[in-house]
Amino acid sequence: MGRIVAGIGSSHVPAAGAAFDQGKQNAPEWKPLFDGYRPAMDWLRDAHVDVAIFIYNDHGSEFFFDKYPTFAMGVAESYAPADEGWGPRPLDPVPGDPGFSWHVAESLIRESEFDMTVCQELSVDHGLLMPLPLLWSHQPQWDIRVVPVAVNVVQHPLPTARRLWKLGQALRKAVESYPRDIRVAVLGTGGLSHQLHGERFGFRNEEWDRSFMERIVSRPEELVDLTHHDYMVQGGAEAVEMIMWLGMRGAMSPEVRLVHQNYYAPMLTGMGLLLLEDTASS
Amino acid sequence: MSESRQDSGTIEGTYVFDGAQSSKGYRLNKFFFSLNRAENRAAYKEDPEALMERFGLSEWEKRKLREKDWLALAREGGANIYFMYKMGSVTGDSLQHIGAAFRGETLEEFLSTRKVKGAR
Repeated sequence: MGRIVAGIGSSHVPAAGAAFDQGKQNAPEWKPLFDGYRPAMDWLRDAHVDVAIFIYNDHGSEFFFDKYPTFAMGVAESYAPADEGWGPRPLDPVPGDPGFSWHVAESLIRESEFDMTVCQELSVDHGLLMPLPLLWSHQPQWDIRVVPVAVNVVQHPLPTARRLWKLGQALRKAVESYPRDIRVAVLGTGGLSHQLHGERFGFRNEEWDRSFMERIVSRPEELVDLTHHDYMVQGGAEAVEMIMWLGMRGAMSPEVRLVHQNYYAPMLTGMGLLLLEDTASS
Repeated sequence: MSESRQDSGTIEGTYVFDGAQSSKGYRLNKFFFSLNRAENRAAYKEDPEALMERFGLSEWEKRKLREKDWLALAREGGANIYFMYKMGSVTGDSLQHIGAAFRGETLEEFLSTRKVKGAR
């Protein structure tokens, strides 16, 4: 059967993707970020993860407001890097897993009553692509398959923090009902504190970020109870996307082992990384 | 706890992108979204007025874009930042340029509030 072996929370900052492509891994302004991912990449290699379920959001790359899905997921053979306005990143399309993805869609929609929009063509932007090559090798080819799960955290009304938590629980059920042996990591991307619009542009809150990273490990229910307004006040309006980390945590065993974490806040965004081991599978 | 409707007036300097904003900004955001395509970026660089016209922007929207009045576009125009910042690919304005303008600062003034100015 399918097993969840790891949960990962990660920021998804586009500037870091550009820095990666420009080979700035050791530049002083970026080194604290990229170095922070290395222990996670090493641990994940040893954990032999087959598929990564990415709970992330699109940023005006694939989805427009003519039809804006609250929850969408990919069931494609592969996912091309999106053109976000500056040309697509120089990365190969990321392999998918149609068989597993359709199983997840069946389980989410029929068993758990999550009405997903199911996508056979989906380009992916920095919401998925920024952390991906920092966690799994992309050369000579991608060392991972992905299932993108896109969440509307852009156009209010948004799904609640609790709804993301329940989505995580439903994903666990889907993974564990898969008949084939498959090792799965679940990721929630986004945040941490940042505000990108209005006079409050540039708002950040390191204390809140660190408290969030601590509580999501041991007391996640406190974060599930918070409203979007709470997230926006504490972390900035765009930090509301932190609720996607709760999707990851909801998919994990109640007790988890903290494997690795990193935090770096040089510019606009508190950039967090959290790697958790599922204790039900160890 | 159930989610109540967000009141965009309750966080200072913040314009929550809700239904009203999204309806108001629909054409503007569609125009920004078009910049995901290389041919539209080239078309804008060739003749910005023609591309704005093609997307049916109002006189107010066109004027605010010409003036780079990012704050008015977000606050009154319903522009979403994830869409609007794609303008940088054709005007050269970075997110930090746009952000400094939101705050009524120069780029240098804004960057002086950051820990690591090069991380962008």
